[in-house]
Amino acid sequence: MNQTHINSTGARRGNLKSYGTGFILSIALTILSFALVMTGSLSHSTVLFGIFAAAAVQIAVHLHYFLHLDTSSEMRWNVLALVFALLIMILFMGGTIWIMFHLKYRMMVS
Amino acid sequence: MTTDASTLDSVASGDSEHSDTLANQAFGFWLYLMTDLVLFASIFATYAVVGHNYAGGPTGKELFDLRYLFVETMLLLFSSATFGLTALAMHDDRKGLVLAWLVVTFLLGFGFIAMEINEFYHLILDGNGPQRSAFLSAFFTLVGTHGAHVTIGLIWIAVMMGQIDTKGLTTPVQSRLMRLGMFWHFLDIVWVGVFTIVYLLGVL
Repeated sequence: MNQTHINSTGARRGNLKSYGTGFILSIALTILSFALVMTGSLSHSTVLFGIFAAAAVQIAVHLHYFLHLDTSSEMRWNVLALVFALLIMILFMGGTIWIMFHLKYRMMVS
Repeated sequence: MTTDASTLDSVASGDSEHSDTLANQAFGFWLYLMTDLVLFASIFATYAVVGHNYAGGPTGKELFDLRYLFVETMLLLFSSATFGLTALAMHDDRKGLVLAWLVVTFLLGFGFIAMEINEFYHLILDGNGPQRSAFLSAFFTLVGTHGAHVTIGLIWIAVMMGQIDTKGLTTPVQSRLMRLGMFWHFLDIVWVGVFTIVYLLGVL
């Protein structure tokens, strides 16, 4: 039986354990993010690093446990499409921020 | 999986061309989600550029209530988990259970949207609508676009409940449910970006 990964509806299926793991991890990471900001006792850069790291991990958790993304051959094209979308996003957001902040800097009235 | 319903196995092993079509549909929907990601990237970029242009108006620190937002976020995360349970019930071919979990998912999603609309309503009532400053324009655009997606997801859930009720868990209905699941889980991922960049950074 090689039908354990792909089901008839063309999407990969999870099981109770994978959904449960994903759910607990995502709740824990959300609580961590909010706690880092709400305690208010940590330094600005620590909080900044913490919430971005937690968000990145949480996005990875959601992709893996809820959208069943992994390195298997059935998921290769999905991963490739995601990597391409990420490339466009980085060019888009990075380029915009770079250009606009340079513009702001050069037009600053000193 | 030993829990596979017999109907699923017969479809999967019997007609490979048919399951190819279904796999292509899932991949096609995935490509749509990737383009949606680029749409959100453009709105995030806009927010990053004008997010601090308050025009003398209120800042995120004055407007955002993190406790309120935490409850809102939990509703969305729980709805993702209940959709996972919907998918599991679907694989077990348990129609009643699928409908029950869809109702729970709908209510959680509806709660999220109700809280968001309530937040928008009070912001606008206090004169802090999208016309107040560039920051608020970008805020309403970004959070509102995500909210519009969730609203469409809610309509989709309602339609699927009707289809399951009238048609039963046929292969096309199951295929649509899987794509609805992809959409719903995808919105969670976008929300992680929204609450981190807009709300948490906003009050920092």
